[in-house]
Amino acid sequence: MSAAQEALPAIRGSRDATVKRFALTDAVFHGMTRAAAILVLVLLGGVAISLFAGSWQALSTFGFSFLTTESWNPVTEKFGALAPIYGTIVTSAIAILIAVPLGIGIAIFLTELCPRPLRRPIGMAVELLAGIPSIIYGIWGLFVLAPFLQTTVQPFIIGVFHGIPGLNSLFAGPPYGIGLLTSSLILAIMVLPFITSITKDVFDTVPPVLKESAYGIGCTTWEVTRRVVIPYTRIGIMGGVMLGLGRALGETMAVTFVIGNAHRISTSLFAPATTISATIANEFTEAVGDLYTSSLVALGLILFVITFLILAIARYMLMRIDARTGA
Amino acid sequence: MSTATSLHQSRKRKNGVMMTLCVIAAGIGLVWLALILGALVYKGAAGLSLDVFTQMTPPPGDAGGLLNAIYGSVVMTVIAVIVGTPIGVLAGTYMAEYGRFSKLTTVVRFINDILLSAPSIIIGLFVYELMVRPMGHFSALAGAVALAILVIPVVVRTTEDMLNLVPNALREAGTAIGAPRWVVIKSVAYRAALSGIVTGILLSIARISGETAPLLFTALNNQFWSSNLNAPMASLPVTIFQFALSPYEEWQQLAWTGALIITLTVLALSIFARSLTGRREDK
Repeated sequence: MSAAQEALPAIRGSRDATVKRFALTDAVFHGMTRAAAILVLVLLGGVAISLFAGSWQALSTFGFSFLTTESWNPVTEKFGALAPIYGTIVTSAIAILIAVPLGIGIAIFLTELCPRPLRRPIGMAVELLAGIPSIIYGIWGLFVLAPFLQTTVQPFIIGVFHGIPGLNSLFAGPPYGIGLLTSSLILAIMVLPFITSITKDVFDTVPPVLKESAYGIGCTTWEVTRRVVIPYTRIGIMGGVMLGLGRALGETMAVTFVIGNAHRISTSLFAPATTISATIANEFTEAVGDLYTSSLVALGLILFVITFLILAIARYMLMRIDARTGA
Repeated sequence: MSTATSLHQSRKRKNGVMMTLCVIAAGIGLVWLALILGALVYKGAAGLSLDVFTQMTPPPGDAGGLLNAIYGSVVMTVIAVIVGTPIGVLAGTYMAEYGRFSKLTTVVRFINDILLSAPSIIIGLFVYELMVRPMGHFSALAGAVALAILVIPVVVRTTEDMLNLVPNALREAGTAIGAPRWVVIKSVAYRAALSGIVTGILLSIARISGETAPLLFTALNNQFWSSNLNAPMASLPVTIFQFALSPYEEWQQLAWTGALIITLTVLALSIFARSLTGRREDK
């Protein structure tokens, strides 16, 4: 027997051991990555469960009337979520009304009109706007935008609409500067970059052939956008708008600075109001008593449910667009 | 003939009007950015001095700096990144490498995207119920956990996207020389996707360094120097929140200066992160 033949079983043995070791280490790594992926699911589940558990006391005390009562009185421990819900929905709706036309306009500008060398810098500037922390918008809104609105814009609008029924209650003074409308403006600035960048991305998914054929029969840029690009990307645009809405609904710090924190529903857009997240941010650390804290967590649960639904719809719509382009 | 001409004219006019509106929209967007950054630099730079980085937050009416707040922010951010990054990278690895077409991946991707844009104040409430209430007090550790939960979805998203971009031929080459899967992932896929994964981590740091809401009732705030992770700790965003809403001019000035510091950090991080992946695209 040669030396090589003698060594063969030993080599085979160490080969088996190596293969076994490889299989084991790979299984460990596979398991670790899988556990991390499952942890992401557990996190969201944990958020839902802990919010539900934390708000149980308030929900069982007030029942359904928690959603329909306006009064919010820490002294008598009577809590109702209607005013914050109203403020959240109104500020977000106005913000979306302002931001959607602007965002689509900027997206059209970036994809159709902008000179090529400027596209990247302007697109990047818009995306940087999305990265600025919300507290910066808050401090800017409180010290720059609100005084400006208070001294110039609001007195002017109140004067103009003074005698017109309907509008005079919508824009009723005194001009505080802060309030529903100021918050909406700040929110509009904050969601604008999200809407713009998603709209721009879905505009880029339109096959050039479609646009070229429309241009070929003599359409103007606006007609191509209106009749080809927007219908083709409708679902994606809706997804972007919903994503922006989700952001606006949950936005905390910027609104907390300029909303005024008043638990009442007023017909005037200039009046101070509150939103769900602003109420939590303002009152949570000062809340004395379990019922007070629990009511604030219940507000959080409501916000979580609303934003979860909106964001889920948004993601579903964007996934459909992705699936179609095979991206 | 004349009706055709006038129709052509009106279509052209309409196009002109709409396109002008689009240019105006872009102008408004850029002017807003300029206005915010302008105000920030104008008001923030006035208070920028060495004291800001060497002195503690002052009592009302006194001069001082933001040292304890900056320290607290750095400490909590570092812990959050150390905790959140491995979880995010591993989850992203599962989604791109082991379970690319599995049902779990589809569900995790969906849930992760929702976590990515979920209101951060909700995460604060979650950690309050999870840690602050059972432990009975606010702590820097709770703040760091809240921030870590915000790091995870950003890192998961970028890791998955970047690993998906790694060509399969590279993995096949690794497998063909007999390397087990995890060695291929470690030595081939991670190496190829490194700049993308680093970008994700940088973007997540940019995101959490300005977060205020989740810290309000986890780490709370602290007027004094504290390096105890089990006690309330100051952070830059919460200090800005508190000082900006105060009636004292010195505090408001510090709030502006702090805001400028955060914004410059965030913008620098995002631009640096983008330049890392940007170079790749240009190739």
